[in-house]
Amino acid sequence: MGNEEAVFFSRVLTEMTLSFHIIYATIGVGIPLMIMMAQWVGIKKHDEHYILLARRWTRGYVITVAVGVVTGTAIGLQLSLLWPNFMELAGNVIALPLFMETFAFFFEAIFLGIYLYTWDRFENQKKHLLLLIPVALGASFSAIFITIVNAFMNAPQGFDIIDGHLVNIKPLLAMFNPAMPTKVAHVLVSAYMTSAFVLASIAAFRLLKGSNHIYHKKALFFTMKVGLIFTIATVIIGDFSGKYLAEYQPEKLAAAEWHFESEGKAPLILYGILEDGEVKYAFKIPFALSILAHGNPNSEVIGLNDFQKDETPPLYIHYLFDAMITIGMLMLVLSITYIVGLWKKWTYVRSKWYRLLIVIGGPLSILAIEAGWWLDEVGRQPWVLRGILKTKDAATSSGQVDTMLLLFAGLYIILGIGSNIVLSRMFRKNTIEQELADRELEEAGELY
Amino acid sequence: MTLEVIGISVLWLFLFGYIIVASIDFGAGFFNAYSLYRGKQHILTKIIQRYLSPVWEVTNVFLVFFFVGIVGFFPKTAYYYGTTLLVPVSIAIILLAIRGSYYAFTTYGGLKHKIYVFLYGVSGLFIPASLSIVITISEGGFVNMEQSGPILDYFKLFTSPLSWSIVVLSLTAVLYISAVFLTWYADHANDMDATELMRKYALIWAGPCILTAAGIIVEMHGHNYEHFTRLIQLWWLFAISLVLFIGTVILLWKRHRYGLAFGLLTGQFALAFFAYGISHYPYLLYTYLTIYDSFTNEAMATALIIAFIAGLALLIPSLILLLRLFLFNKEYVQGKQSNHP
Ligand code: HDD
Ligand code: HEM
Ligand code: HEM
Repeated sequence: MGNEEAVFFSRVLTEMTLSFHIIYATIGVGIPLMIMMAQWVGIKKHDEHYILLARRWTRGYVITVAVGVVTGTAIGLQLSLLWPNFMELAGNVIALPLFMETFAFFFEAIFLGIYLYTWDRFENQKKHLLLLIPVALGASFSAIFITIVNAFMNAPQGFDIIDGHLVNIKPLLAMFNPAMPTKVAHVLVSAYMTSAFVLASIAAFRLLKGSNHIYHKKALFFTMKVGLIFTIATVIIGDFSGKYLAEYQPEKLAAAEWHFESEGKAPLILYGILEDGEVKYAFKIPFALSILAHGNPNSEVIGLNDFQKDETPPLYIHYLFDAMITIGMLMLVLSITYIVGLWKKWTYVRSKWYRLLIVIGGPLSILAIEAGWWLDEVGRQPWVLRGILKTKDAATSSGQVDTMLLLFAGLYIILGIGSNIVLSRMFRKNTIEQELADRELEEAGELY
Repeated sequence: MTLEVIGISVLWLFLFGYIIVASIDFGAGFFNAYSLYRGKQHILTKIIQRYLSPVWEVTNVFLVFFFVGIVGFFPKTAYYYGTTLLVPVSIAIILLAIRGSYYAFTTYGGLKHKIYVFLYGVSGLFIPASLSIVITISEGGFVNMEQSGPILDYFKLFTSPLSWSIVVLSLTAVLYISAVFLTWYADHANDMDATELMRKYALIWAGPCILTAAGIIVEMHGHNYEHFTRLIQLWWLFAISLVLFIGTVILLWKRHRYGLAFGLLTGQFALAFFAYGISHYPYLLYTYLTIYDSFTNEAMATALIIAFIAGLALLIPSLILLLRLFLFNKEYVQGKQSNHP
């Protein structure tokens, strides 16, 4: 296998593993927070339904964590196996957050084990809830630390290169790079948002399937409310991410926006196709790009033509950007109309088509996550460390990457199918009506 | 102590932690499958599940800690080991992934099938075998430096008696460590049948374990004479380790104080593991890479060590809580409490 092929297959394998891991990782970051909030409400209001929500979500969560952990272990090792040159360089400068991430994992894993096996063990339920805090913190901090590593790849700093040697290394400066604030915030809130909509999607699905149980209605209301809050946050921080790009990675924003000539009063281009360098059939929002980039409708946005041709990312990232923004706006509208409709007692919130939209909202949010990451990663090309190390120089020289690619593809198919089967069986077999009845019996002491 | 030595000691300590907890896990899976095959599953399954359920994720993090830490402290290892180990480590990852997720699927998801129990048991033996290759390679002689970078010589690896002895040692050690631990755990749970069965397995695997360990030292004589002489210089550490081994076997034989027996076993493996590690010094990959020429810069090393100390301050109390609630809690161990969601 030539080196070009090794680079190609390493890319595909990395893309595949990360795209698969991120689904479970996102859910893993968000769900503990949702469980925590539901259990808290349940304890506060003495509402058995919310406690049961927390219980049932926890059971599902264990399955997604398991897949998150094993695929995370895979990507963690693959970074060294597939990108040895990158990891050697990065290890010198950005190893600190990676290392701290493992402590976040430890923390999460230990308390998850404890939390799982101490249901009903404490007289005071709040103590049990307390055990969930480290799980949620651990999960969110893993996301924070790994996103810092990724922010560093986009805006490397905290070192100098003199005669090919790394000198003057400042680990903290490398961590607190310019990409870090917006990126970490956007990743976190979008994970919370996605988890809320995934759970909403399950509740809506049950209602759509004919259940009329108050439990599912409470679940839907709760998750849509939380989802709305985090969607607003995601969109606002997304706007800040655009401003970050305009300042530090203008080529990525320009490519995402098919913005070729530097100009002021730049319109935001949505959809469309590119024919011979001409944008056609696009939907243009006047001034919007200038506003996204600098918060000012007149300000100039740098165009793609100002960059060297071999240092600009592929232009298809435009569609990824569009997909993310469209889904963000859609979910915003959906959750607002739900809350308002419920409040005004409008009937469409109970209609089939509207519930179907909510069911679709979960998978759509996951798609937005994927689109966002692909935008981010492909938009950084040709660099792996922007301005310092090109992707083609970072890959392994090993000749067996293609075989490994097949093996891992098989693995992810098995894990994806397996986790779906297990999750759906888990909830279908154990209906909410059955479980509520069981718990009443249990409390009356008739089961034991 | 230099920063390099602190770094490698920390990593070696966590690798040791992984070897002990993972061996218990891998061996337990194997014994479970074996007892199913022999129709004795009712004796073991409960005990094994009760131990594994709350801790399996923690076990995995020990491994993650090691490989993230070694790239942090010794970035050049990413280049040498990353390039050469693609195939064996990928296989280990896939096995770990299938094993870990199917454990969760069956335990929490109610997916029950005999075939999974067998797959689970057998994968627990293949993982240590494929991971042990890393130790073999570190002895040198299997990696060639070519124009494009380091290349692993598979033919030499698979025909070398040293690599096979290390594979066999990893298997016997897994089974022995796991059996001794489960003897104690079953005894703790007042489960007589399980205790007797595990005690029998522990005694069966004690001999092969110590024989293969001694065999490695002999193999080393032919493979890497420099390392062999350094091993011999540390003979007294191995001697103490042997004494502890004999202590464990005597306690097991006399059905006496299984907790102490497991303590002695931990000591035995710790001494041997550290003696091996010290004799390996200063090489990470024999002749190509030492801990000095692969070390990270001083600023990063200091930052990592500070992070490590802060992390430990968080970790140790949490681990103690986990052990107190599950390992040392009689009610839980005896199955009187099973408060899963
Ligand atoms: C539910 C998911 C979701 C939604 C609805 C949005 N985003 Fe997003 N976005 C992400 C999920 C995401 C992400 C997966 O979290 C990314 C990928 C990398 C990153 O930093 O965050 C991301 C990246 C990302 C970037 C690239 C940052 C970079 O490469 O450094 C920009 C400019 C935006 N987003 C902007 C927005 C805007 C203006 C949105 C308005 C609707 C929006 N995002 C909605
Ligand atoms: C930004 C995207 C990522 C996020 C948000 C994320 C988040 C998470 C979370 C929350 C977990 C815990 C498992 C769970 O709760 O489901 C996890 C597991 C893991 N992740 Fe990721 N991750 C991301 C990308 C990566 C990357 C690029 C690596 C490679 C260094 C990685 C390495 C790992 C490892 C090694 C584990 C397993 C930890 C364990 O054994 O407990 N992750 N990830
Ligand atoms: C979890 C969400 C992520 C997804 C879906 C994702 C996706 C991708 C994609 C699509 C590529 C290939 C780009 C191309 O070659 O055109 C890539 C490359 C890469 N990513 Fe990410 N990524 C994620 C997060 C991360 C994080 C957090 C890190 C840092 C630890 C990381 C490290 C890398 C590396 C080292 C490469 C290979 C070099 C390159 O192609 O630039 N990724 N990723």
